[in-house]
Amino acid sequence: MNAMQPPPKQKKLSLKERYAHLTRGLGWNTTYQPMDKVFPFADYEGIKIHDWDAWEDPFRLTMDAYWKYQAEKERKLYAVIESFAQNNGHLNITDARYVNALKLFLTGVSPLEYSAHRGYAHVGRHFVGAGPRIACQMQAIDELRHAQTQIHTMSHYNKFFDGLHDARHMHDRVWYLSVPKSFFEDACSAGPFEFLTAISFSFEYVLTNLLFVPFMSGAAFNGDMATVTFGFSAQSDEARHMTLGLEIIKFMLEQDEANVPIVQRWIDKWFWRGYRLLALVSMMMDYMLPKRIMSWAEAWEMYFEQAGDALFNDLSRYGIRKPKYFEVASKEKHRLSHEVWSTFYNYTQATAFHTWLPTEEEMTWLSGKYPDTFDRLYRPRFECWSEMEKKGNRYYNPTLPQLCVTCQIPMIFTEPDDPTTTCFRSAEYKGERYHFCSDGCKDIFCYEPEKYIQSWLPVHQIYQGNCGGAEMKDVLAWYHLNFGADNFDYTGSPDQKLWDEWQAQRSANAV
Amino acid sequence: MSKVSITFQNTDDARHLVDAILTDNPDATASVMPAMTKIDCEGSLSLRRDSVEARIGRSFDLQEIHLSIVTLAGNVDEDDDAFTLAWNTGAR
Repeated sequence: MNAMQPPPKQKKLSLKERYAHLTRGLGWNTTYQPMDKVFPFADYEGIKIHDWDAWEDPFRLTMDAYWKYQAEKERKLYAVIESFAQNNGHLNITDARYVNALKLFLTGVSPLEYSAHRGYAHVGRHFVGAGPRIACQMQAIDELRHAQTQIHTMSHYNKFFDGLHDARHMHDRVWYLSVPKSFFEDACSAGPFEFLTAISFSFEYVLTNLLFVPFMSGAAFNGDMATVTFGFSAQSDEARHMTLGLEIIKFMLEQDEANVPIVQRWIDKWFWRGYRLLALVSMMMDYMLPKRIMSWAEAWEMYFEQAGDALFNDLSRYGIRKPKYFEVASKEKHRLSHEVWSTFYNYTQATAFHTWLPTEEEMTWLSGKYPDTFDRLYRPRFECWSEMEKKGNRYYNPTLPQLCVTCQIPMIFTEPDDPTTTCFRSAEYKGERYHFCSDGCKDIFCYEPEKYIQSWLPVHQIYQGNCGGAEMKDVLAWYHLNFGADNFDYTGSPDQKLWDEWQAQRSANAV
Repeated sequence: MSKVSITFQNTDDARHLVDAILTDNPDATASVMPAMTKIDCEGSLSLRRDSVEARIGRSFDLQEIHLSIVTLAGNVDEDDDAFTLAWNTGAR
């Protein structure tokens, strides 16, 4: 045979070459205006960058690949959402109590996704290098997608269940939602490098597994196909976000030794801020999932203690140590969820989700998971409240709690070495006294007091008359909370009534 | 002890990724949880394109893992042939 050779095929560019073209070839130095006027936030935090091109996204995702994979994720997700709605998927969840975890998620977490979208759009504009700009741009689009898909998915539950009707409004007003809201506003009002340390590294890399992974696995376990799907669709972006978090830390540390103490202080601050925020997740895992995957303590061990050890071991070559007060968080792991759930039980009259006392079977699970603390410290409390309920004297806490100025959580946490004594710290600034739930929160305030004295503390605002009126019902109306439907115990709620009707109908049909 | 870790959704695509990793990285262990599988491995682990292609019977772009990944731990290094996670354990 004497066939002609086909012309040599043009070799496709490699992944590394394509990424280099995108992030090096498309950047330029401005000439009409000086660079420092175009990028006014690049220096003021004290972070020194000598070579922006040293920053590299290890995934090397280019825009064409980004759109292709994101479109594929959306197609998969919307197929599931539609099928879930068409097939009345809400009837297949384990128990309607589960929906209360979604209420907390929609009002507490989904608005943060939107804040993250704004945050990344902002810092992406303000970084000088093309590499981080592109990574932030992709993440800004991802976060907007997360907010939209979460709202879209949970809108199906809103057709049947209470408390899901006005998440955005509630996020800005309801007392316990000021915890996630103020966390993110703290980050968004910081400089671009601190924002990335806060959200990309401390939150996404170090802590977000504790929110998404057990919760989404829990949603699967409790029959909520739609939530699992949006959760995993969002989480598939998180791997990229986490990688950005680790890269930005290494980039800052490698650029200049003078950056190390600044970064360490941010890691200390944002670890503690993030950990306090996750207190809400601890109770979701231990108390709000009818079928449980793992306890908060087990998740903390897996995702912070083990994974964190490996991470901070790696970063120790730069002179970075584990975040300050990590050992306090580990001491609190056997009590956190119990302290938080008890608080919400106390204030169920003012929450946009339902509470309940754990059943005997659930308490057995909790004693097994928390052998050193549950039976000794928390079971007696639940049994006492259960007795009071039976006598028609359900316990409500009628007094508004004192809040920690930094994390805005009521002062419910206990001394690191004594779970029977409430932990109080305070500091004076310009003649006023400020209160804190922990040394971690006090340190954060004392470093930037001018920032935190501006905190919008829900209890103070209620007492100052800025929240709709003097009576609880006035405040709840200002929250857009439907009194008697959204709040109080699950037992006796319209949610329960509806769920029980469905279950009765199902058994009747089965004959 | 510095384990790297990667978690995939329990999907049909990811089943082959898990299988390829467990075969190519003998120290890797898998924990199966509802809806997801977590793989841990001391030091480092790699996902190789050719191992995946041998299992799925078509060409595979490693960036397709973005469709099935849930979370990871470790420094990422990716090129056209392998996706690697590693911790830097040596002193600088």
